Amino acid sequence: MKRTVYGWGRQPRLQADVDAPRDLQSVRDVLAQEHVTIARGSGRSYGDAATASRVLSCLSLNHLLAFDESSGILQAQGGITLDEIIRFCLPRGWFLPVTPGTRFPTLAGCVAADVHGKNHHGAGGLSASIEQLEIILADGTMVDCSRRARADLFWATMGGMGLTGIIYAAHVRLQRVQSAFLDNVSVRTSSLAETCRVLRDTQDEFPYSVAWIDTLRQRGRGAGHVMLGSHAAKQDMEQDVGPNLGPDLGPVHRAPRLSVPELPMSLVVGPGLRLFNTCNYRRQWRRRVRSKVHYDPYFYPLDAVAGWNRFYGPHGFLQFQFVVPFVDGEAVISSILERTNRAAPCALAVLKTFGDHPTGPLGFPIPGFTLALDFPRSQAIEDAIHSATDEVIASGGRVYLAKDSVLTKDQLDAMYPRIDEFRHLRQQVDPTQRFRSRQSDRLGLT
Amino acid sequence: MTKLNPHTTRRALVLGARSAIAEAIAQRLAQDGWDLVLAARASDSLEPVAADLRLRTDRSIHLLDFDALDMDGHESLAQRVRTEAGEFHLVICVFGHMGDADEERQKTAQMLQTLTTNFTAAAVCLAHIANDFEARGEGGIIGISSVAGDRGRQSNYPYGAAKAGVSVFLQGLRNRLAAKGIHVLTVKPGFVDTPMTQGKEGMFLVASPKRVASDILRAWHKKRDVIYTPWFWRWLLLVIRLVPERIFKRLKL
Repeated sequence: MKRTVYGWGRQPRLQADVDAPRDLQSVRDVLAQEHVTIARGSGRSYGDAATASRVLSCLSLNHLLAFDESSGILQAQGGITLDEIIRFCLPRGWFLPVTPGTRFPTLAGCVAADVHGKNHHGAGGLSASIEQLEIILADGTMVDCSRRARADLFWATMGGMGLTGIIYAAHVRLQRVQSAFLDNVSVRTSSLAETCRVLRDTQDEFPYSVAWIDTLRQRGRGAGHVMLGSHAAKQDMEQDVGPNLGPDLGPVHRAPRLSVPELPMSLVVGPGLRLFNTCNYRRQWRRRVRSKVHYDPYFYPLDAVAGWNRFYGPHGFLQFQFVVPFVDGEAVISSILERTNRAAPCALAVLKTFGDHPTGPLGFPIPGFTLALDFPRSQAIEDAIHSATDEVIASGGRVYLAKDSVLTKDQLDAMYPRIDEFRHLRQQVDPTQRFRSRQSDRLGLT
Repeated sequence: MTKLNPHTTRRALVLGARSAIAEAIAQRLAQDGWDLVLAARASDSLEPVAADLRLRTDRSIHLLDFDALDMDGHESLAQRVRTEAGEFHLVICVFGHMGDADEERQKTAQMLQTLTTNFTAAAVCLAHIANDFEARGEGGIIGISSVAGDRGRQSNYPYGAAKAGVSVFLQGLRNRLAAKGIHVLTVKPGFVDTPMTQGKEGMFLVASPKRVASDILRAWHKKRDVIYTPWFWRWLLLVIRLVPERIFKRLKL
């Protein structure tokens, strides 16, 4: 039976056959049918990376397999969500080593996109904390790979958008934390230049940093709040919250209590956004504010509202995330904001820095500034993003495949210099092109 | 159910442990402090499920090979559980089979599989377990029936007929065992949300397996006899049952 599948951006939509294996043997049975398919998790990649005419839902392969309390290495099946991992590890004094801005993606989805978090400048992407992967190849064989064994497959899978095989399980090195809270310093900036400077100057001091910027204001576009954080120590928490914290590190998150229904039209419109941005900017009067923030609102503010992507109505939205090297980075960002502002109002703009860490051939991060921009979907903004992508390429930057739905093959080839290495490995592990998505077809990855 | 000594371990046997509902029930039971025997075909493949439960709850989780269609094996099932895992005090019968309606009409084997798995196997198996509980004078039975058993509809009446049989069978068991203090709970779930049903046309009011599991456990503690989960199906089905047959037969359901 056909189901409608789509990414977090809610467009494009495809009719697909869905397989939902509940164990390893069922995965092999599906693969034995020799259909073209692509692994799918929570559907949290924004574009068409997890859509195809047939998809293999890994959501039932969501079990914890082993946990070593001394090293913090957690072995779990790929279909488990970050949400579930936190529920397990936080009460035991551990937290995700790297987390994207939502806790709903699956572990395997995060591996396939080699996600980064607010701590990329120091900790690197998720790949830096993955010790080992268990991958089911197209022929049904299970392969263990790591930095030492089958390193080529390991690295191609980190960021490989699920095109090397089904990511059955991963071994993640968690980080120790003393509480569920973070120490946050919020710095209000008055221009893009200042935002960039604060981000760069604080890299050594804070493990987490990210900036929300206002792209819609007339003067001082790019002004915003830079949020600098670190996991709070236990004694600090006891000073602030009182000794009642006891042996606990603090509460784990709750499921969202608000949800957005299907809407006939987009509620994300220019005037509302400008008002929101102004209010949000003015919310902080002082230049520098310190606070203790629970990890849930700190890392996952948007997760408080289930299905917030439905605010954008039936046409959905798209996110454009790119990275540009520090040199000229600010100028390129400025020019791109100018260009996209003419096409559509940006609903949300998030800026941060990437450090220098090893990645796979399709790994996104390079040292520089990365900016993520959300737009209501329209032809005008797709065209603007196309031109903006050329600017990114010219500056030596690249676009994030987990968010992409509009990139072209030529653009991909121009921005990922190790793309042939990836294609070559794919030829080895999937010679009959069994794993394909709408994205991989569009980008000539398969 | 007889009052259990809190100092002795309570162990529950889950029959057909591979399904999403079974797994959600197992999670809830383990959280509530039950040790578990997870019974399914090729039970080795449930090792990840067991590992997960052990990590989260520290309970003892035992995997047991069990084939619902092996009718001769049912008589010795209770003894086998006892030998391999230890004494058990609750059985939850979750196994079932939802076939393709078109294939069932055409192929004897498909029709038989739907009828046998859902009704005959459940009845034979629970009959023997009931004998065992009766002899011991303790135990409890939870049987998963379905709202589909409340009225035959053209889209899935073989499944519905088998589940109707299950409901009546459990009713009889309850009547027989009530005097012995052995409680029998009939569960009638509506549509349940699994990765398989996501985005499927014609599904409405779907509930998560988690929700269904927590409804079941609550009903068990309250010693309810028959529950619909989620609760609104009781009233929906009441309305559906009240439609006169002369009208009902013309509906496309």
